Amino acid sequence: MNHQRRTVLKGVGSAAAVGVAVAAGLLKPTAAFAGDRSAFDAKGLDAAMKAIKATGAAESKDITVKAPDIAENGAVVPVEITSNIAGTESIAILAEKNASPMVGEFNLSNGAQGFISTRIKLANTSNVRAVVKAGSKMYTATKEVKVTIGGCGG
Amino acid sequence: MSMSRREFLQVLAAASAAGMMLDSKQVLAGNAPSNFYDMPAYGNVSLLHITDTHAQLMPIYFREPNVNIGVGGAVGKVPHIVGDKLLKYFNIQPNSIDAHAFTYLNFEQAAKTYGKVGGYAHLKTLVDKVRAARPGSLLMDSGDTWQGSGTALWTKGQDMVDASIELGVNVMAPHWEFTQGAERVMEIVNGDFKKHGIDFIAQNVVTNDFGDQVFKPYVMKSINGVQVAIIGQAFPYTPIANPRYMVPDWSFGIRDDGMQKWVNEARAKGAQIVVVLSHNGMDVDIKMASRVTGVDVIFGGHTHDGVPVPVPVKNAKGVTLVTNAGSNGKFLGVMDFDVKGGKIKGWKYRLVPVFSNLLAADAKMEALIKRVRKPYEAKLNEKLAMTEGLLYRRGNFNGSWDQLIMDAMMKVKGADAAFSPGFRWGTSLLPGDAITMEKLLDQTATTYSFSTLTEMTGATIKDVMEDVCDNLFNTDPYYQQGGDMVRVGGITYALNPYEKMGKRINDLRLHGKPLDANKKYKVAGWAPVAEGATGTPIWDVVAEYLRTVKTVAPPKLNNPRLIGVKQSDPGIADYIASV
Repeated sequence: MNHQRRTVLKGVGSAAAVGVAVAAGLLKPTAAFAGDRSAFDAKGLDAAMKAIKATGAAESKDITVKAPDIAENGAVVPVEITSNIAGTESIAILAEKNASPMVGEFNLSNGAQGFISTRIKLANTSNVRAVVKAGSKMYTATKEVKVTIGGCGG
Repeated sequence: MSMSRREFLQVLAAASAAGMMLDSKQVLAGNAPSNFYDMPAYGNVSLLHITDTHAQLMPIYFREPNVNIGVGGAVGKVPHIVGDKLLKYFNIQPNSIDAHAFTYLNFEQAAKTYGKVGGYAHLKTLVDKVRAARPGSLLMDSGDTWQGSGTALWTKGQDMVDASIELGVNVMAPHWEFTQGAERVMEIVNGDFKKHGIDFIAQNVVTNDFGDQVFKPYVMKSINGVQVAIIGQAFPYTPIANPRYMVPDWSFGIRDDGMQKWVNEARAKGAQIVVVLSHNGMDVDIKMASRVTGVDVIFGGHTHDGVPVPVPVKNAKGVTLVTNAGSNGKFLGVMDFDVKGGKIKGWKYRLVPVFSNLLAADAKMEALIKRVRKPYEAKLNEKLAMTEGLLYRRGNFNGSWDQLIMDAMMKVKGADAAFSPGFRWGTSLLPGDAITMEKLLDQTATTYSFSTLTEMTGATIKDVMEDVCDNLFNTDPYYQQGGDMVRVGGITYALNPYEKMGKRINDLRLHGKPLDANKKYKVAGWAPVAEGATGTPIWDVVAEYLRTVKTVAPPKLNNPRLIGVKQSDPGIADYIASV
């Protein structure tokens, strides 16, 4: 069944493949954004946090950032964020050490599960930070992902 | 049940009384103890374990390390104990046959006395003997079997596939197997392995696109009416430590959550024993054992630690035993469980050294090995040079084999400096031994052993060294990749294992002069992981050098000056820094 699913996907045209790429999170959400771009242009973590009005966000154990300890490929690092905070309205992802840390913000409509799965680019070893907006308050959590030059394994 | 050390002592005491602790003259005189391999069966479920044989079909020498430093929570703990302190910790009699098997001590003399270790024909005899007393037992292999020799390289691992079938391997987990390429792995798994009922398992390898399992995550076996689940764990950092382009569609990682899921599923399906066949490396296995519940034993490899007694690790719901079975065919792990009423009532474990002189070669396996070697004999046996000193690789910072490879690279390529990967495989040679092409390939045979010459700034050299050093000395085992420090030729330096990344490597110098961060230096290396890398195979570079020098003087080890390492640390002994 899985094999069939893969075959079907390989068989579809390029337009459909783009749709798949978006669904799989392969495209940067920036491409799909029509709104305010200032957060994406912000240089450095502080400026990016300020741009999404998350300065001073409270550290929360109700947010789980799932990402590999060491990235297999810094260009496509799989990241899953789960927010168990009631009334989660949006989840933003920031790669702290990227020149422009803001990766994307996902707005969840009423009652949607606080879960997103995507792939992000990491320039260097960095914290991946999730910022959750719920009931006009901001919460945050991080997970470090190491980007290494590789080689020399036993 | 948890008093494993006491049990081990009892075994040793009994063996000693029975004459197992030989002095060298007895063995030289051929007066080998007839009971060294007498292991009465215990209980009703037995699992045999080999790991990291690195394609060594023939008996070899293998020197254990004198430097294996632990950091963070692992300082001074198993497996970071070497030499005399290891003997003391496990109560092994100095100068005994076991002392030779588990330590580097007095290596040259002891190796001459007790002879070579391993070899699949001798291993086969031992496996058969142990299994004859243990009906229903399984033989598990933690991987790194299809790489490490000339014949494994040239036959794309087929020699080892044939030998594994003949040996009677039932279940296997992978690492270097992947460097044969994804297609070749699937060809073997779905071909010879399937045909002969060998399960190739890995819960932590999934497809990049949908996260589907690539291999069976676990297998359930019935042993004398007891349900035993064996869960596979591939080396989590294969696409980072080895070329990613060889497994482009697969994702790895440690995946604790997946491991827990499969343990729970296996238990729910009636498994009375759950074990993990792992290629994590021992420190990673120990951390995993503290986080994942419901595993009875992790049978580990990768870090090539010959650990005589399993390490009990507590977790939220109980205790998991962690073993590591050494490398190069030198050891066979034998775990016997006594299972009654669905519960493990007791266990016995012995990591049995495979001494080729004490085990007759199995005729069928010997014939198989002869057959696979025949087309390559002339090439393998080419005598390149003679070594005057002991050649070995294993150890955190350098080995004489690596130094020789780097000396050759710098000379042949006209480089200022050289890097050689911190691989833990590679056999040893005694003073006076011939360096044949076969022995050179034992150190170098991979599917990507291109030699390189790169211009690097002083800053880049430091960055590379810091990066590799963090893979070894990060205090969180989940960030350790299980290799040793990159070997460095030409450039002297100081190293502090306990610092953070970026601050461990200090005082880099070339010919006594501090390295200039902006100046470019010519650095030779080999085994690049980047796609598209090319270059003369490293064995050709070193062979050229060896044919010229003919006699190799004992290489002068370029060892870093260590900062912060205490004299009393049991992970280091007989260490000589080069500056």
